[in-house]
Amino acid sequence: MALLNITSPHTHGANRTGRIMRLVVYATIPGIVALTHFFGIGVLINVLLASLSCIAFEALVMKLRARPVMFYLRDCSALVTGVLIGVSLPPYCPWWLVISASFVAIVLAKQLYGGMGFNPFNPAMVAYVLLLISFPVQMTQWATPLPMLADGQTAPSLVAALDKVFFSTPIDAYSSATVLDVMKQNSGLTLDDLYQQQPVFAEGHWAGAGWEWVNIAFLLGGIYLLYKKVFTWHAPISMLIALVVMATLFYDSGSSNSGGSPIYHLLSGATMLGAFFIVTDPVSSAVSTRGRIVYGALIGVLIYVIRAWGTSYPDGVGFAVLLMNFAAPFIDYYTTPRTYGHKKPRRATDASKQDGGH
Amino acid sequence: MTSLIKVWELPGGVHPPEHKHQSLQLPLGTVPLPPVLVIPLNQHMGTPAQPVVQVGERVLAGQLIGAADGTFSANTHASTSGTVIAIEERAIPHPSGMNSESVVIEPDGKNEWIELTACGDYRSLDRLALLDKIRAAGVAGLGGAGFPTAVKLAPKSTQVIDTLILNGAECEPYITADDMLMQVRAAELVAGTLLLSHILHHPKNLLIGIEDNKPNAIAAVKAAVAGAAVNDPEAANIQVVVFPTKYPSGGAKQLIQILTGREIPSGHHSADIGVICVNVGTAVAAWRAVRFGEPLVSRVATVVGESLTTQRNIDVLFGTPISYVLAQHGFNATNASRVVMGGPMMGFTLLDLDAPVIKTTNCILAPSKQELPEPLPAQACIRCGMCAEVCPASLLPQQLFWYAQAEDFDRLESHNLFDCIECGACSYVCPSTIPLVQYYRAAKGSIRLHEIEKEKSDRSRQRFEFRQQRIAKEEAEKEAKRVARQKAAEEAKKKLAEKAAAPAPSSNVISAAAAVSSAVQVAPDEQKAKLERLVAAAKNTLEFQQKPLVPNKTNPVISDEQLVKQQVRIKQAELKLAEAEKKLADFSAQTSSTESAATSAPLTVAAAAVAPAVDMNDPVAAAIARAQAKLTMSPEDKARANLESLRARLAKAEEKVAAAKTEGSANLDALQQGAEKLQQKITEALAELTALGIKDEPIAVPEPVAPVAPVAEPVSAEPVSAEQSAAQAAIEKAKAKAAAMASMSDEEKRAEQIQSLQTRLTKARERLAKAEAENDANIEAFRAGVTKLEEKLNELA
Repeated sequence: MALLNITSPHTHGANRTGRIMRLVVYATIPGIVALTHFFGIGVLINVLLASLSCIAFEALVMKLRARPVMFYLRDCSALVTGVLIGVSLPPYCPWWLVISASFVAIVLAKQLYGGMGFNPFNPAMVAYVLLLISFPVQMTQWATPLPMLADGQTAPSLVAALDKVFFSTPIDAYSSATVLDVMKQNSGLTLDDLYQQQPVFAEGHWAGAGWEWVNIAFLLGGIYLLYKKVFTWHAPISMLIALVVMATLFYDSGSSNSGGSPIYHLLSGATMLGAFFIVTDPVSSAVSTRGRIVYGALIGVLIYVIRAWGTSYPDGVGFAVLLMNFAAPFIDYYTTPRTYGHKKPRRATDASKQDGGH
Repeated sequence: MTSLIKVWELPGGVHPPEHKHQSLQLPLGTVPLPPVLVIPLNQHMGTPAQPVVQVGERVLAGQLIGAADGTFSANTHASTSGTVIAIEERAIPHPSGMNSESVVIEPDGKNEWIELTACGDYRSLDRLALLDKIRAAGVAGLGGAGFPTAVKLAPKSTQVIDTLILNGAECEPYITADDMLMQVRAAELVAGTLLLSHILHHPKNLLIGIEDNKPNAIAAVKAAVAGAAVNDPEAANIQVVVFPTKYPSGGAKQLIQILTGREIPSGHHSADIGVICVNVGTAVAAWRAVRFGEPLVSRVATVVGESLTTQRNIDVLFGTPISYVLAQHGFNATNASRVVMGGPMMGFTLLDLDAPVIKTTNCILAPSKQELPEPLPAQACIRCGMCAEVCPASLLPQQLFWYAQAEDFDRLESHNLFDCIECGACSYVCPSTIPLVQYYRAAKGSIRLHEIEKEKSDRSRQRFEFRQQRIAKEEAEKEAKRVARQKAAEEAKKKLAEKAAAPAPSSNVISAAAAVSSAVQVAPDEQKAKLERLVAAAKNTLEFQQKPLVPNKTNPVISDEQLVKQQVRIKQAELKLAEAEKKLADFSAQTSSTESAATSAPLTVAAAAVAPAVDMNDPVAAAIARAQAKLTMSPEDKARANLESLRARLAKAEEKVAAAKTEGSANLDALQQGAEKLQQKITEALAELTALGIKDEPIAVPEPVAPVAPVAEPVSAEPVSAEQSAAQAAIEKAKAKAAAMASMSDEEKRAEQIQSLQTRLTKARERLAKAEAENDANIEAFRAGVTKLEEKLNELA
């Protein structure tokens, strides 16, 4: 009989990359549900449109690269990128915005760098940031959350939403400033006054109407992924802790100079989405446990810095993640773990021969 | 007795399905004797054993058939009685699928044993004697590596062993050989533990480490320890440590970490941290080797996998072909995905099923295609880090993979590739099914190759550099010698110049010249001595070359070619001798002639000293002499030579100008300009000479071309006295004569000499007469000169 020379190990665990990616997609469901509840059908249109176009672009590039299309689609990484783009973009934004985002994410940020596993930057965040800079108006028009709608007004119907997305038919009085905008533009009001005067805060409990629940939903998804051991706690938790630490340091007892309370920062904007779905992207983050703690913490600090002192953009998750993507290889150099039999960790740049017993 | 020590946490690790139950359903079995036993001579780590039996010889069970080759090797014994039918290369179980020299025995079925030397009380024996017994029995690590046990049990004197660990972890899925052995041979294991403890000077901690998935083995061993403790108080000291099941806790490094919390420093052995770790099967083998004098000829092995009808543990003789073992267990080849020796995590695929069972064969795994399917195609690494989480060595497998693909050896080194124990946990968890371990193995191989290459090139570079240094040193020595010679020559010349320059202004040139001539007599003497040495050396060489060729070690036969070469060498030596002799003769002749002419041409001697008598017939020698003269030239000489050549050029240029004038050439202007320039240069050269403190004395500058003189004269710093011109003329003549003489036969030379002497005599007489008439102060010198010339003439005639 012909015996193949298969090398050890001969057995293999059940885990597959496709499974990991599918788990990530499942974990976004609470967040998507919350978003849809507060902002209407537009969220689903975004997610669907982005997912489909991402898969389509992925298939196209694989075809062009003469690779087996289905083998690569089965890893579901394009789907994850699509879903993340879908929840990041404002609901009811024009269709071409979504398609462009997918194109940028899959073709430019991912495949041009060599595809899966080779992209130095998080594709969804590259797309988000690129579009934010290119189309600031469309990218910052967020729908009014459900609790703030005027009496009698409801979320747009599917037809109205599609009209808006594909034919730019405006929907009356259906966009408003997000909590982050409100906080950023605050000058002279103490936090207490701000919370009372601004309906977006008044309608919510801790961090603004709708947004707090959306963040809690994403947090639930993140806890599910932690439970499923898709990633370790190090990067997301250190990011959240760093953000809380920064917010506490600059809370300033809620004066008009305050950057917002810690709970406000935890539950507003894209904090939880970023912590559990963006920062945890393994490809573009640091690799070691220590490295991921540093990586996450620095992102947390940067998010606060951009939110509190940045000039034009209210939320900083995208920028912070991309900046730290740059720094990830550098962090890796100095955060290698201590190997068995070695007194201390070794820098990745130290190639001197040690007692390795060749 | 119970586990009192702290069990440490193993970092990383995985929990693959254990699959241990199927091989534990049946008791320990045996297989019938196979038709042939193939016993490889390298079943262990280290140098293969050397065969000590002949083909056709009858061997008994336990008879030594392969003797250990050096310390790091192990004896090999016949597993049963029979006839050696071949000693040849056969397939052995090895990851590379390589062959090894093996002794093939056809069993006679009698299983006759050699006489064994039992030993009732090992404590009465010397430790070295015990080690010898273990070594003689060919005991090697049965856990998988096959490390010669006697070597392991003899740590260096600096390594104080405080812990002996018996490894009964057996963390690999499927394998139950140690489990079974601990169940059926627990008493022997305890006895073996005490034996090893005795050999290792009774370390403080005696630990038997067993994973908690082997309750039967744990119970058996605990009972055995309790039983032994009744008679031996040391047995009470043995602790059976049970720890959680986790792969790869059975690795020696990992087990030591779990039981002691210590890590073996990278590149060191466990003995360096005071720990010796021995597999339980090895301890039993060592015990039997000492107690019964029984060589290691069989072992317990697990035969398992869904492509077999019977799955169990067997006590199997070394050399039993694996195909035979499989056949005895109902192997279904069509459904088997592969046959693995070892477990599914670290075992290797067998490429030839006829390979035999050897000392390291702890498991023969024959899984079905459903059980262990072929690996899925690898996907891209997403750096999820699951591999890093399970790595028991705390490496970063994803980074190692990245750098292994890039063949970035520096980064692999900095990420501690060589601390990888290849346990396969990373590959096991990889969601992209990347064969990570295979990448590390390949990278390690290329790095080793690379290092060997580097060492080689380093060595040759060193050799080259050493050679360069040697050459440079030789050159430097040569140069130093040359400089020394040059200095000596310069000094001599300086002295000469000083002596020549000092009396120059005196009105009485000739007497001064005579004084100088006598002063420089030393130099020709030296020259002569040198030439004589040269002749002596040439003679020596000739003698040496004339010696008959003697055959020696490096050159046992003298060929015709060598003889011809020798002839050539002799001829060369002869020629050299002749040349040297001729030089000496010439020199003597010249010296005598210059001596005779000393009164009129003192500086010829100096010239001769600078450019030793040269055979004018030999242009090569002349060229060499010229070159040497140039090399040894002092700045003054150089300046003079320069001046001379400039004058020569000027003469030529003027000739050309003249020719151009007569022909009315168009180049007339240019030529004239050139001549003017040359004149200018001569002026400069003269100035230089003056600056050097030397006057352009025509005595020292033989002027070959007449037209130069009128040009040179006006710029000459000093007007030339009549005497000087005369002396110069004399030099010219002497030189011309010397040159002419060189090309003449001896007869002619003699005639010429006589003639010249006669002429000189006549002239000298005339001068003497004149001097007498004028009542010159030098009258005595002239007289002496005349007398000398007369004497010489008499001699020649």
